[in-house]
Amino acid sequence: MLSLTSPIKTGFHSVPVGPKFASLMIASIVLFINNTLTFQALAFGFVLGLYLWPGTAFFSVGLKMLWPLWPFVLIVFLWHLFTQDTVAGVVIVLRMFSAVAVANLVTMTSRMDDLIGLVTWAATPLRRVGLKPRILAVSIALFIRFLPVLIEKGAFLVESWRSRSTKRASWRVVVPMALLALDDAETVAEALRARGGVDLVDD
Amino acid sequence: MEKNIVIIALFAALIAALGLVPKFTLVSGIPITAQSMGIMLCGTVLGSRRGGLAVLLFLLLVALGLPLLAGGRGGLGVFGTPWAGFLFGFPCAAFVAGLIMERWRSDNIPLVAGAAAVIGGIGALYLIAVPYYMVATASGLDQALVTAMLPFMPGDLLKAVLTGYITAGLATARPESLLSRC
Repeated sequence: MLSLTSPIKTGFHSVPVGPKFASLMIASIVLFINNTLTFQALAFGFVLGLYLWPGTAFFSVGLKMLWPLWPFVLIVFLWHLFTQDTVAGVVIVLRMFSAVAVANLVTMTSRMDDLIGLVTWAATPLRRVGLKPRILAVSIALFIRFLPVLIEKGAFLVESWRSRSTKRASWRVVVPMALLALDDAETVAEALRARGGVDLVDD
Repeated sequence: MEKNIVIIALFAALIAALGLVPKFTLVSGIPITAQSMGIMLCGTVLGSRRGGLAVLLFLLLVALGLPLLAGGRGGLGVFGTPWAGFLFGFPCAAFVAGLIMERWRSDNIPLVAGAAAVIGGIGALYLIAVPYYMVATASGLDQALVTAMLPFMPGDLLKAVLTGYITAGLATARPESLLSRC
């Protein structure tokens, strides 16, 4: 499974995730409370500058990550064309681009295990309501281990459907897919219990 | 305890897999993803608490940077759009759908699961997503309904109906698999 962390090393990579995440929160709030066109335009320019700083290769990867936003831009554009309030539309689009780009920047320049560390740290107070950090860690590990398995099984189901039918696989494939997930869950839970359970090492 | 953890993790993975399995279409010719159907299924199959937690785990991994949302999107950026209310509403959607499955003990599973998916996966979801859009864009209800609700409504209705049938299919194949009814 590929993560979205950028292989191009930047100065942002060496900043610890905690401060990066805190700055992201502050940036999002600041972007949110200012509704003027000038501010949003300046903010977007600043964000573009942050992407340009590590070089043009990094900049173009960053731009590519903004591309999936186009349907949203289209919807906002069509609505504001209809209401003839273009300035408000531009403000919304600029703010969306800046907010998404700043957040992407944190994702692109942070290693996944550092982020998991941050989540585990943030979840420590939840220990009182029964969520031990270990349970969270096991859940994340199980998810990452079983996602490729489920995708593969799903792809096999689609293949076997196609070998039997001239039509494309329909929603009916979801039933055996969910059944396979439930069966796997049964087996894996047994295996975990047989090895002493998740509670074996209490941290 | 182990079973709960594993089933939550695997259903979270199922939500992701439904958005990533190639060559899979709900209705021929309409490119809508099965991912939000996974959210509804988590509620109707796993019940309120487990279903909600499975969706929370899925969102956590999206936030951590895995490109799991349909179309290969992921990372913290996906929570930055005015439509992010849908993501924040997903756990509630599964929770409410699960709650309805648990409380409405009729044997007509397609009907109950379909209704649970409509009330949770559409009702509860849009109750969060639409106001979120209004606050995020400082817009009125009319704009929010046209730009945040209308484009997704037909697909979501279809998925809710299919969720009813899929849940019923699971109940027929393996009656004990409906944890929402245990």
